[in-house]
Amino acid sequence: MKTLAKMAATMSNVDEIRNRVILGEFDIKNVHTTDYPGNYPGYDDTWNLQKFQKNFRIDVVQMDETSLEFDMVGIDAAIANAFRRILLAEVPTMAVEKVLIYNNTSIIQDEILAHRLGLIPIKADPRLFEYRNAGDEEGTEIDTIQLQLKIKCTRNPRATKDSADPRELYLNHMVYSKDMKWAPIGNQADVFADANIGPVHGDILLAQLRPGQELDIVMHCVKGIGQDHAKFSPVATASYRLLPEITLMETVEGEKAERLKRCFSPGVIEVENHGGKVVAKVVNSRLDTCSREVLRHDDLKNAVKLARVRDHFIFSVESTGILAPDVLVTEAIKVLMTKCQRFLNELDSTEME
Amino acid sequence: MAGVDGEKKSVLEMVQADGADEGCVTFVLHEEDHTLGNSLRYMVMKNLDVDFCGYSITHPSESKINFRIQTRGGVPAVEPLRRGLNELTDVCQHVLNTFQRRVTEFRSQQEDVMD
Repeated sequence: MKTLAKMAATMSNVDEIRNRVILGEFDIKNVHTTDYPGNYPGYDDTWNLQKFQKNFRIDVVQMDETSLEFDMVGIDAAIANAFRRILLAEVPTMAVEKVLIYNNTSIIQDEILAHRLGLIPIKADPRLFEYRNAGDEEGTEIDTIQLQLKIKCTRNPRATKDSADPRELYLNHMVYSKDMKWAPIGNQADVFADANIGPVHGDILLAQLRPGQELDIVMHCVKGIGQDHAKFSPVATASYRLLPEITLMETVEGEKAERLKRCFSPGVIEVENHGGKVVAKVVNSRLDTCSREVLRHDDLKNAVKLARVRDHFIFSVESTGILAPDVLVTEAIKVLMTKCQRFLNELDSTEME
Repeated sequence: MAGVDGEKKSVLEMVQADGADEGCVTFVLHEEDHTLGNSLRYMVMKNLDVDFCGYSITHPSESKINFRIQTRGGVPAVEPLRRGLNELTDVCQHVLNTFQRRVTEFRSQQEDVMD
């Protein structure tokens, strides 16, 4: 962080325009990428893979089963944004698409229940399935997962006489996602014996029943992408932010230093004691939310420069639990490569004609 | 089902104005949006032979983009397009390799901490 701050202070005007997005009081400067050949005399901005490979960097900050944070440095927003967009809308998953309702005497309407079922994340590796062909109503073992929900609510014979608690009075009065049972088609029972196919979370409430009411439902899960319907999106969120960079342009002391510290998120600026004088210092600008509060203080606003590093993306990916977040990022990159390949193949085949 | 049709539809079209040379072409990329459009535009604009490159989404309910390339010095517009696609593939490959390597490193680091 220290080296970065120093760099910005000593950065030439041109380099600042090229590499930093400046947060001003009334405007944001240098928003667009401008490092194209011909724009800056003395700079070679033509594409160079070696140069890209030398500058490109990924640092994993935090990773667990469902969430991932990593820094992607040295790449243009156009490409980083493509990865983000693909994560949201173009990495496939399996989700309930057809709901066959044989019986539903509960209070919740068929179409509402069907919609709720569609949104339940289904634990199944989409890479092992094919897309179902348009117009195909039946589905086969290679493109469909069948789930069954068959449940009936009854009175609890063991309930105490004067009880008023539904939990004690009734059996099966809460229908949860764990009641959706996998019904293998064809050879699926053998192929996916260890896969444990079913809802990711067992504790999602689907409906409430009263004695005598029942649900008898068969669901068909198919492979799809978020572009078609949000239920297919493999992520809860996938986003990035640019690394904030805060530079002190002059020494800030005393009461002003304390006030400066309070303008930023905790941990961004600390005050140090230098021989009886308290002096403000930027400690970790990554933690800042870029609130621009400091610009409301007339005596402080010229003492700091607020910027963001144009090619430093802090990615955050939260999976719905179907696939691990690192697998999702891997798949997203592969999707972009497939897109390129699709058009390269098309160019090759048209040239043959 | 987005983009899954029984019949094979065209993937790429080339549109040229009457009398224009092959250096000024609008490519119609079907079933694409900003995802490929903007990243490909960036790669193509990094090419010295390219005078202009831009894209537009024709209409929100049409899933296609018009991708315009104008070249310098009579270079056919197909060439920077092909090169852009190849370079974008190379970028993805490097990002993919780096990502996988770093994730593996992070995992083994985590395990070391556990031990």
